[in-house]
Amino acid sequence: MTSLLNRDRPPVFCPGCGHEAVVRGLDQALQTLKLPGNQVAIVSDIGCSGLFDTFFNTHAFHGLHGRALTYATGIKMARPDLKVIVVMGDGGLGIGGAHVLSSCRRNLDITLLILNNFNYGMTGGQCSATTPTTGLTASGFLSELEASLDICRVAVAAGAPYVHRTIATGRKLAEDLALAIRYPGFSLMDIWGLCPGRYTKKNRITLAQMEEDIKESCAISGPVAGNEREEYAAHYHRLASNAPAASKPLNVAAICEAPIHKRCDVLLLGSAGQYINTVGEILCLAGMSGGLHVSQKNDYPITVLRGHSVAEVVLDRRTIEYTGIGTPAVVVCVAAEGVARRKKVFGTLSEEAVVVKDSKIELPETRAKVRNIDFADLKIRSSEQALAALAILVQEGALLTREMLVAGLGHRYKGKMLDEALAVVARICDR
Amino acid sequence: MKRSFLEGNEAIARGAMAAGCRFFSGYPITPATSIYQQMLQLLPATGGVCMQGEDEIASIGFCLGASMAGMKAMTATSGPGISLYSEHISFAIGGEIPLVIVDVQRLGPSTGSATKGADGDIQFLRWGNSGGMPVIVLAPVDVKDCYLLTMQAFNLAERYRCPVFVASNKEIGMTRESIDLHALAGPELEVRTPCPTNHSGRPFAPLPGTNIPPFLPIGGERLSRQTSSTHGEDGYITTDPAVIEAGILRMQEKLQGAVGDFTFYEYDGNADDSALLVVYGVTARAAKTAVRELRALGSKIALLILKTLYPVPEDCIRQHLRGKTKVIVVEMNLGQYVREIERLAGDIPVSFYGRMNGELISPKNIVEKVRS
Repeated sequence: MTSLLNRDRPPVFCPGCGHEAVVRGLDQALQTLKLPGNQVAIVSDIGCSGLFDTFFNTHAFHGLHGRALTYATGIKMARPDLKVIVVMGDGGLGIGGAHVLSSCRRNLDITLLILNNFNYGMTGGQCSATTPTTGLTASGFLSELEASLDICRVAVAAGAPYVHRTIATGRKLAEDLALAIRYPGFSLMDIWGLCPGRYTKKNRITLAQMEEDIKESCAISGPVAGNEREEYAAHYHRLASNAPAASKPLNVAAICEAPIHKRCDVLLLGSAGQYINTVGEILCLAGMSGGLHVSQKNDYPITVLRGHSVAEVVLDRRTIEYTGIGTPAVVVCVAAEGVARRKKVFGTLSEEAVVVKDSKIELPETRAKVRNIDFADLKIRSSEQALAALAILVQEGALLTREMLVAGLGHRYKGKMLDEALAVVARICDR
Repeated sequence: MKRSFLEGNEAIARGAMAAGCRFFSGYPITPATSIYQQMLQLLPATGGVCMQGEDEIASIGFCLGASMAGMKAMTATSGPGISLYSEHISFAIGGEIPLVIVDVQRLGPSTGSATKGADGDIQFLRWGNSGGMPVIVLAPVDVKDCYLLTMQAFNLAERYRCPVFVASNKEIGMTRESIDLHALAGPELEVRTPCPTNHSGRPFAPLPGTNIPPFLPIGGERLSRQTSSTHGEDGYITTDPAVIEAGILRMQEKLQGAVGDFTFYEYDGNADDSALLVVYGVTARAAKTAVRELRALGSKIALLILKTLYPVPEDCIRQHLRGKTKVIVVEMNLGQYVREIERLAGDIPVSFYGRMNGELISPKNIVEKVRS
């Protein structure tokens, strides 16, 4: 194989910079793996390591600081056949920490090369996430305050199946890079190097000492037993291939004529567990079965199992414009929480408006016609009361017919659920 | 006639599928979450990819990678998430990466109110990129628009190689409506222009006679380069002011010079109308009712509903301002798009009505404002 180095754009690093050794090592590794340039994508971010993609005749994607892994993830999911290599510095490691952790957890077949030279070289040598607390940097005393991050230990804890720490100028670098790239899962290499332009100007640091430190610091080299598992894209497609086809939107035909002649705003006021949203939907499906246009929105607290539950429904013979509730024609009250949530509405109701309520609920003053229903006496459970209230409205001839309601239920429920719902309607309508 | 019953968010997801979306990535956030949930139902079963990022920055970052690798991509969020998207919105603009970004707006500032609607992000969408480059923003009014404008958004993203925003609102996204899906005639689908073999292969070199580079995918036969940094046509960093300026002006012109080709709007007016009501988004629905009531009361008022907000469709707006003596702009915010109308109205007085209390602006509010 021939070199993939871009002869028109040779490396421009400071003399003695560890990055240049990695450029040469990576080129050798790609040759060892016999990879043509159009099967490789090099993804980089900001900083001196961000120059990497320009040195190679491969696909290149250069983006924002710390985000290279996010682009690489999208590229690899779209093109699982590509070799995707991410290059970033210890700066990108710090600012993109969440993406590093998630990549370890995800195990997508990407190789991450961290060109770790213990400081932000390009911006003047400030401290990074990996600067030792004893290191002298342009960040002054601030660099003493935060513990240095051992990314290999963190990566293992986060589930990375392949972790390797090495030195940029090491003799085995190309061989190690080839192993990491060949690994069929997420592989992370923490590559320590000198930054002659900044860090090593202020800190006495030798390659021999670095090698010694690496030996002491990292017991793991290569595949991580216990973290090895199915690669993400393969796993994704295996599970996705079993995913059921999405259901198609309902098709509701108009089967009869609704007994309303103008827009009707309806409020369903209840509490969690009373199927208020579902009954709102059933009312809409019933309305559509009666040839009406409908809209619905719901109001409930984020803790869904407690508190008020309100549905706002609009029924109209023509296309609905404003979807807010003006002055409702009908209000269903089956719990005090819902009534309390919308207590202001009762004073606005007209004399023609109908309120269907459980007889135990107290209402604010209103001019509307109030229908008090003793649901307990009718053996209607709390969870059935909103639906039963629709059946009361059928009897009133106010909003919907029984045919509409039965059709609406048929669109929402099947089998036993449908039978139970129809039984509730019958208990009211056939009394 | 058979009708379906779905919310705006579901319509956006189904519109995306109809437009050929193959990649979605999102992060759960009310009131946009149901777009992600829908895409999770729709995409994997058809061989597409749906992912949940570790945060919003990752979610849109995945989309940038997938789009450059050849997949039509979409992401969706709300105010706090669009704030985090910002650096990648700038990247999508500068890197000319096709992407549909849905913002189901909720009441701000900041985390604001997760379940209250607003149109408070309109100027953020326009100006929330570093560099202040133009963007495309489409604003749906109802479930039908959610479906159709999402399809248009994909087409525009492909045609102009840029991010396209769908500026929805909790009050559209989470409101279900009856709709005849079979009656919707979507646009013909735009196909990404593949890079011709006789093209130089410089990834940002436009085709002759155009100002849009043909698409050279990451992972294709020929090598491609993508970069967030200031670049020349070859995709390498440049410091040459002439090259920089040519690229910037090209990216400005490709959108601002073309807005006439994608000005979506509705106009309801008569030749003798003296007043013009300008609205967009969910407020347009109340405005329709208000205009009917105002006309019944004798008002000579016309209604302009803008669905393309940016680039500002200046010709369309100027045309409908002509002959009017009074303009009223109504928005679910403290006054954002009204600035554009004021800029174009010249001597015609422009008044504004807006609210940020989490409630819809009602027809009554608008009638009172117009008659005041």
